[in-house]
Amino acid sequence: MVAMINKELVLQKGYLGENKVIKTLYFGGGTPSLLSFTHLESISQTIRRNYTTDLEEITLETNPDDLSAAKLAELKKVGIDRLSIGIQSFDGRILKFCNRAHSAKEALEALEKAKGAGFERLSIDLMYGFPHQDHSIWEKDLAIAILQEPDHISSYCLTISPKTALGKWEKQGRFVQADEEFVAVQFEIMQERLGSAGYIQYEISNFAKPGKYASHNSNYWRSVPYLGIGPSAHSFDGKSRQFNVANNNRYIKSIKEDLVPSTLETFEGVDRLNEYLLTSLRTIWGVDLNWIEANFQINLTAEKEAILDKLQSDGLLQNQDQKLTLTNKGKLLADSIASSLFL
Amino acid sequence: MDMQRIRNFCIIAHIDHGKSTLADRLLEFTHTVTGREMQEQLLDNMDLERERGITIKSHAIQMKYTHEGEEYTLNLIDTPGHVDFSYEVSRSIAACEGALLIVDASQGVEAQTISNLYLALGHDLEIIPVLNKIDLPGADPEVVADEVIDLIGCDREDIILASGKEGIGINDILDAVVKKIPAPKGDPSEPLQAMIFDSVYNPFRGVEVLFRIFNGTIQKGDKIKFVNTGKEYDADEIGILGIQQKPQQSLSAGNVGYLISGIKVAKEVKVGDTITHIKRPCEKTVKGFENVKPMVFAGIYPVDTTEFEELRASMEKLQLNDASLVWEPESSVALGFGFRCGFLGMLHMEIIQERLEREFDMTVITTVPSVQFKALMNDNTYQLVNAPSDMPEPNLFKHIEEPFVKASIITAAEYVGAVITLCMEKRGLIKNQVYLTSERVELTFDMPLAEIVFDFFDKLKTISRGYASLDYELIGYRASHMVRLDVMLNGEPVDALSSIVHRDKAYEWGKRLCEKLKELVPRQMFEIAIQAAIGSKIIARETVKAMRKNVLAKCYGGDISRKRKLLEKQKKGKKRMRQVGNVEVPQEAFMAVLKLD
Repeated sequence: MVAMINKELVLQKGYLGENKVIKTLYFGGGTPSLLSFTHLESISQTIRRNYTTDLEEITLETNPDDLSAAKLAELKKVGIDRLSIGIQSFDGRILKFCNRAHSAKEALEALEKAKGAGFERLSIDLMYGFPHQDHSIWEKDLAIAILQEPDHISSYCLTISPKTALGKWEKQGRFVQADEEFVAVQFEIMQERLGSAGYIQYEISNFAKPGKYASHNSNYWRSVPYLGIGPSAHSFDGKSRQFNVANNNRYIKSIKEDLVPSTLETFEGVDRLNEYLLTSLRTIWGVDLNWIEANFQINLTAEKEAILDKLQSDGLLQNQDQKLTLTNKGKLLADSIASSLFL
Repeated sequence: MDMQRIRNFCIIAHIDHGKSTLADRLLEFTHTVTGREMQEQLLDNMDLERERGITIKSHAIQMKYTHEGEEYTLNLIDTPGHVDFSYEVSRSIAACEGALLIVDASQGVEAQTISNLYLALGHDLEIIPVLNKIDLPGADPEVVADEVIDLIGCDREDIILASGKEGIGINDILDAVVKKIPAPKGDPSEPLQAMIFDSVYNPFRGVEVLFRIFNGTIQKGDKIKFVNTGKEYDADEIGILGIQQKPQQSLSAGNVGYLISGIKVAKEVKVGDTITHIKRPCEKTVKGFENVKPMVFAGIYPVDTTEFEELRASMEKLQLNDASLVWEPESSVALGFGFRCGFLGMLHMEIIQERLEREFDMTVITTVPSVQFKALMNDNTYQLVNAPSDMPEPNLFKHIEEPFVKASIITAAEYVGAVITLCMEKRGLIKNQVYLTSERVELTFDMPLAEIVFDFFDKLKTISRGYASLDYELIGYRASHMVRLDVMLNGEPVDALSSIVHRDKAYEWGKRLCEKLKELVPRQMFEIAIQAAIGSKIIARETVKAMRKNVLAKCYGGDISRKRKLLEKQKKGKKRMRQVGNVEVPQEAFMAVLKLD
């Protein structure tokens, strides 16, 4: 598989344009911490050999239980300078429910080890919105996370997809999702606790200390082109999105034949604008009305006057210097608001 | 043809008492059709009619029957069995000399049957009582026969026991038709005097006019005139009605036939009108002609606002074969462009709605049905109010008058209490209570038509476990304290939800309407105030709380595409919603008033 990934890197060499300087790398999706030093090193080499790089941020997603001292040293050696650790919760019951291999204690130890190994940039993944996760459990999770002083926290609400085990359970009536009000309160607790601890909600589910935003992820929400490598990876060249086949065998077979097995989705005009609205509204940078005017020749303020007025007077949205951003209250309804602004 | 060997008759029966099946048997026994050719319920042509088990539009058919060596011509004129079409029934009856009174041997006499029976007796028709479905285990011919005897004062042996399903008693019926029903009277040599009792729209041949000749003779090619409309035509084709039409050179007094003269629009043909010759007109028209007036009005709007023109085309086509449907364009702030339609009654309204959907594939929103009110203005003129938006400002009129009906309800004795309670709730005034038998009671009320057109019949059926029957006739207008009840969403009035209600019921109505709307309007980004108001006075309020949370957790690459597509799809779905100010209102909400408890 690693050989195929290296090969795809070569095949996709031109995707971002010849002179594009790569500034961030992100090893994620699945469990890349399972990759050996040799594997990571070979991928890293392939990138350096085939692309122009000026790397400022190299992140690796990892489970807490993969972070041995030896592993951490290897990661450091490969050049990884940021770890995103899938802790999810410090509560035993929640971890068990999520089917996680680690305990709360192991999670805390992993953080200590990572700091000890010299990783200054650490991100913790947390989850909320479990029906049996009392607000007190969630408050405790947040408190423990804050005490560890990571510079970044990603905090995701439990989402049930129909094809997952939980989705099936829900259909069978074995699992009942938390109600909207319950989850909304947890969202508010999250905003309040992380905010007072000095974290900035720079995207709906992402919080960071000032200046510590994840550069790589931020680019997804700012329509910056990116290249994804591997099965199921997706790429964006500024105009179209490309999805690699998810099936490992089909991926390998195709790459062997020098073909990147991807489907292309192009979207222009209204679709692109709608997507811009959807992603930008979620961020601290907001929707740039001047940019829309320049790129789409659309005056959104005029086009959506009534709803924009209503959103502002209801305290869901603010407009500062032609930038639309959501208020804390508005963030809870980001999707509805985006959709109401769609053209 | 010898007038002495013609018999014209119709069938009076309640829905489900087996009229259609029995009619089929008559056709079969007279060899008008063979059993194999026979479609079930032959006389009901439209799908809709067959499914509802109601003959919506009457037709006619001619049979030959040999009795004691003589061949007789029997014209069966079918009658619709719903109160919405009572005028048409009266015209069919006027075309006959006799009627079969069919009563289900297990159900007994129903209100509709009685009112039609009275119509028939009023026209001096010879009544042949028939107890049908005597083969059913629940049949109780003795008791039901008593009812019939009480009703028409016949002898027990006059009552024919029959089963349309089993073919029992059919020859007895045919013999009775010949023996008891008088032959038509009239003079073939007098000026032509014929009455239109029905019309059928044929997309290829135009409108087929069904008529009964009282005097004179009509020849193919004659120049004729419809007296009440004043229109003149050539009798391009005349004939008699079998299973297929049989063209004839001439038809004369006493007979029933059809006429084709290139009429393209059903509206030109008025049931009850008199046909005569241009050159030698009859002196008198046939009595009893009325211009049919709509009783119930409602807005019909396309669900998709872009389909207005398509709806107009469909309405125009519907009107070709439904002369009683009237409409004019109307616009609503909430619903856009549509039509204000007048119907004969609620059943007629439902039929139109269903025909629009089935025959024209149009999905429509029907607004709150209303009757025709009259406002007595300050200058003592009357202004018609067919829609809430027609209601004048309160300072401009003295009072509102509303149509009242005489409602006759027949029910089992045990439900009398419940029926009276219901009628009182509906502002009814009890006028009479008659025990038809010890088990069955006829109640008579004066009631506002507005209360009947809604859900009254359904409620009546529910409280009487399906056994009460209803008939009503308009008795005039009476002053009533009617008010216009408006509905507002976040302060914006929703014109399509306004209704005209009695002041004493406005509060209850407003409250229930707000509660219903609360169920139907989905939560949105903002809180929604649902208010009911009379003028500037708010009388009820409900609140739809704002949506609390709607935000995707993860939004990277593929998630973004998926989410955008999902939101765009939802947005397209919302296009089927109507925008009232900032509030999105689903289609069902506009029908909410029809579904209050």
